[in-house]
Amino acid sequence: MLRLINKLGELTLYYVNMLGRMGVFLVLSIIGIFRPPYKLFPILKQINSIGSQSIFVIAFTGAFTGAVLALQGYYTLRQFGSVGLLGSAVALSLIRELGPVLSALMVTGRAGSAICAEIGIMRISEQIDALDCMAIDPYRYLIAPKFVASLISLPALNFIFNIVGIAGGYVVGVLILGVNSGAFFSGMEASVTNDDIFMGALKSFAFGLLIVWICSARGFFVHLDRAGGFGAEGVSRATTNAVVLSSVAVLVFDYLLTAILI
Amino acid sequence: MSENAIIKLIDVRKSFGKQTVHKQINLDIYEGKTTVIVGESGQGKSVIIKEILGLIKPDSGQVIVDGHDITKMKKKALEKIRSLFGVLFQSAALFDSLNVFENVALPLRERTDMSEEEIARQVDETLGIVDLDGSQDKYPAQISGGMRKRVGLARAIQLSPKIVLFDEPTTGLDPAKTEEIYRLFYSTQRKLGYTAVIVSHDVPKVFKLADYIAVLHDGYIQEFLPPEELQRSENPIIRAFLESTMGKIYSSEAEMVE
Repeated sequence: MLRLINKLGELTLYYVNMLGRMGVFLVLSIIGIFRPPYKLFPILKQINSIGSQSIFVIAFTGAFTGAVLALQGYYTLRQFGSVGLLGSAVALSLIRELGPVLSALMVTGRAGSAICAEIGIMRISEQIDALDCMAIDPYRYLIAPKFVASLISLPALNFIFNIVGIAGGYVVGVLILGVNSGAFFSGMEASVTNDDIFMGALKSFAFGLLIVWICSARGFFVHLDRAGGFGAEGVSRATTNAVVLSSVAVLVFDYLLTAILI
Repeated sequence: MSENAIIKLIDVRKSFGKQTVHKQINLDIYEGKTTVIVGESGQGKSVIIKEILGLIKPDSGQVIVDGHDITKMKKKALEKIRSLFGVLFQSAALFDSLNVFENVALPLRERTDMSEEEIARQVDETLGIVDLDGSQDKYPAQISGGMRKRVGLARAIQLSPKIVLFDEPTTGLDPAKTEEIYRLFYSTQRKLGYTAVIVSHDVPKVFKLADYIAVLHDGYIQEFLPPEELQRSENPIIRAFLESTMGKIYSSEAEMVE
């Protein structure tokens, strides 16, 4: 019994500590963004790694998401004789919900894991200690460019996802299933408001922050992992955890943000 | 002693979980001198380096660097103190996504307002000092262990630090490369005049470089003496350590006959 209480206490302390560390990490990373010297190149490099290199996978996922939405929507709407609403159904689902969430999940899998592994390896091979020793703030030098890049890339990727998704929906709905092109776009124009676009953009901005925060912090604190953050195994465990945690966080925050903004 | 202690460890105690690594460390590092910290593996030699840098906080005690207790310092003040240091890590800790030139240029790019031309000139000069001309474009994974240490040394001395800390600078190197690192250490220290702290178990070779030797054993600094005096020490712990690393030391002819 005593051992159980001990274990529970130990676990509670570990997770409270971890939460505190994550909080301090977020604050120091945001401060790092505003600390001079300001350098554009590291940010551009990260935008390339997080954003540009994700464009293909985002476009691919977006196209098929839009296509399947059109397919499902067409057969559902046909039962009510309102296939003219297909355009707005596809656009609203993408812009408000699927665009931000799916693009965030794809970026988590592609770039989030890479961020965590990169920082984790730098931690276990003393490269982050070396930065500290050279009086170079690792938050400013290493983490801040990833934060800025993620906050810029995610909304941009979300827009690409939405546009390609609508195009995918158009191909299936209009070109394959024969919905009227004018009805498809006029329905969309009538139903999508600025608020919907704002909601989608805000969500993807928030998801960008969540992903880069969780993935960087898991890599940064890999040496403090409860299961032993040593060597390649420690980094691989931290990376898996980071991807799972980020994905869950994206879905949870999606619900919370929707509940607030709707 | 008349010398000025630039680093002082006072009653430093440090535990990791249930294991107490440092029970009570008292150590003075004198300005401009070379202090070598020796001891068997697992005695916490590298931990002393990390305590001096403020990377590990002792459980109790003081670490005074240049007159300031760094155990009580905030992040920003600590950064300022760290600018006094150059560090050569055991693993060299080079940035593996940057090439040799970028690694050595990093402190200059991040901590000075020098132009790219000035940086290139200075990096080339430093790489020349450590015999690494022509390796600028190579990545750490493409060069040997000895070369990596030399790049680490070039990076450590780039901003002409007041104190350079060497964590096992010759571990994993063959005797020829070890000699080379020591030669470079000697020449750079003569040129730049920095205070050196070397953590090593390369006994007795490293004694040749040392002004003082600190022997760490069982959580305490057992002796802090110049190398010649250390070798004459009657302290049984020191004698046992020296015998285990240098072979049997005979203090009298009678002992030799036995």
